[in-house]
Amino acid sequence: MRIISGLSNRYAHYISGYGSPASPAVRRLPPGAILLIALAIAFFPAPALSAAPIERHIHLDAKSFAYAPAVIAVNPGDRVTLELSSGDVVHGWYLDGYDLDLTAEPGQTARLTFTADRLGAFRFRCSVTCGPLHPFMTGKLVVGPNWLFWRAAGLSVLAALAGLMLVQPRPTHRQPR
Amino acid sequence: MMRYDLTRLPLVKPLLKSRWPQFILTALLLAGFVFAILAGLAGTPVGSRNFGIVFVWIAWWAALMLIAIPLFGRGWCSICPIPAPGEWLQRGAVLGPQESSNDFSRSSATEVATTNVRRGLGLGKRWPNRLRNIWLQNAVFVLVALFSAVVLTQPRVTALVLAALLFIALGASLVFERRAFCRYLCPVGGFIGLYAQLAPVEVRVKDLALCAAHTAKTCYTGSAAGYGCPWQVFPGSLVKNTYCGMCVECLRTCPHDNIALNLRAFGADLEAPAGRKLDEAFKAFIMLGAAVTYSAVLLGPWAALKSAAYAIGTPAWGAYTAAFLLLIFVLLPGAFWIAVRIGTVFSRSGASTRRMFVSLAYALVPLGLAAWIAFSLAFVFANLSYVWPALSDPLGWGWNLLGTAHLAWRPYLTGVTPALQAVVLLGGLTWASATARRIAAEGLPPHAATLQSLPVILYCLLVTLALLGLLVA
Repeated sequence: MRIISGLSNRYAHYISGYGSPASPAVRRLPPGAILLIALAIAFFPAPALSAAPIERHIHLDAKSFAYAPAVIAVNPGDRVTLELSSGDVVHGWYLDGYDLDLTAEPGQTARLTFTADRLGAFRFRCSVTCGPLHPFMTGKLVVGPNWLFWRAAGLSVLAALAGLMLVQPRPTHRQPR
Repeated sequence: MMRYDLTRLPLVKPLLKSRWPQFILTALLLAGFVFAILAGLAGTPVGSRNFGIVFVWIAWWAALMLIAIPLFGRGWCSICPIPAPGEWLQRGAVLGPQESSNDFSRSSATEVATTNVRRGLGLGKRWPNRLRNIWLQNAVFVLVALFSAVVLTQPRVTALVLAALLFIALGASLVFERRAFCRYLCPVGGFIGLYAQLAPVEVRVKDLALCAAHTAKTCYTGSAAGYGCPWQVFPGSLVKNTYCGMCVECLRTCPHDNIALNLRAFGADLEAPAGRKLDEAFKAFIMLGAAVTYSAVLLGPWAALKSAAYAIGTPAWGAYTAAFLLLIFVLLPGAFWIAVRIGTVFSRSGASTRRMFVSLAYALVPLGLAAWIAFSLAFVFANLSYVWPALSDPLGWGWNLLGTAHLAWRPYLTGVTPALQAVVLLGGLTWASATARRIAAEGLPPHAATLQSLPVILYCLLVTLALLGLLVA
């Protein structure tokens, strides 16, 4: 009831604790339509990409719980040769999603070649315990557009709207006099 | 709203009434807790090889954030080892009252309660009225959070924090009555209480009239069968899980079998307008801000941020601290206040902005829990495989007790973690949006409620997009 005390008289007849149904504008969207839009955003085929795959050579320095560069962007289908060198202790490089692992001794360079055939953003992380911040020594490989993010962003707009629609009228709602 | 009393199931009530299951779990956890402190102090300084770090910040954290809080609310608090030694000293007993008996006619509840107090140690002072809120808990959490990059990675620092919690809890039990530490100080208990509102279980009375007519109020004062509520809560007045430790003492002390352990819908507490407070609202901002900060600092690719969070005492750490405090105490609440104010103006509700600010902040509870689950998924799945070597060689001394000491680190499910995080965040946003609309509708007609809640929903959407950007992009 506390919330009532701050309201103007025109709304004071609504009882605290009992929700009112969504407004007509929101209710016009049937749940089925929301679901269809959600499915379309989630599964609609992504447009084909025009960039032709190329050979890429990337040198990655690992030192003091950091990779340089920390973010690597490539095109889908690129043939990537990664050279990992360590500037202090033994460091590793594990790529999420690709399940690739590489280890570099201090002062040496380790090399690995792979095809960037999975789209999206993938975290890479140190796979050899290297000191206190080891669990947080991370970087990111971005392969083409990150459709997971864009789809999730689109769905989040829909989720916000869907939340409005989920509010159902309560049976004991008191009508205005 | 539908509820099902789990104590109606055979075996549940005897299991809950018996002190043994709770005691055994607490004692085992206390042993593990003390061992984590010892491992932190005497074991290897390499965090990923030390039982203290691996079991507290990976295993326990995963169990707490991904399972215990979402499903059992304050279930963890009912077996938490931290307040146990203090409580045992305070009570002068490890299990139950010495006079434990099912025959309530032997002595009055008040007499027995007095006897219990006399047998234990401690001053039994009342917690100061001015501090009967969770502002101290908020402050302690923020304090620990500011040092989190070190606490999470340095076994010795983790050990010192755990030992400090144990001794503060012990001291609080010896000075103040009941579980003052859990209720007003514990930095973990603060956010567990906030998110426990979402859990599908609750301890409540079955019949309020019966409760009101029971003058002895043994659930609060204690009886021969058990202690008065350690959390200083009268079960008859419970409207949300926030301050109920689910210790089920009330189930033991109620002579009328009037206490239920209900299964209910997720988030049922958010529909109760009573008991919404500014300190709890700020807890929601603090937790949301901490989830955003950790996602950026600990999981992001920015090495400078990690170094700043780790280099305590340096100007960089000072800047990190200032930015963190600015985010949780100014930017997030400030933007939310503006959103609420815009909603109030456009809906022409005439509602107090402060009151709407506090009420609508509860929409951030599901969003915050989703943010923490999403953050924890990435952190836990990537590091869970450290558990097996730590079990076999908990101190990093070269043991191989279980033959798993040399198992290589192997991340689990990291290929699908971003998709899982996106799903969790979307679920949290949907829930937050529905909660904002429902809270706004408590005192407004449909159209005004929609207008009042829309800016808050937009706020939640922007926070979700930021989290998606940090965790998935």
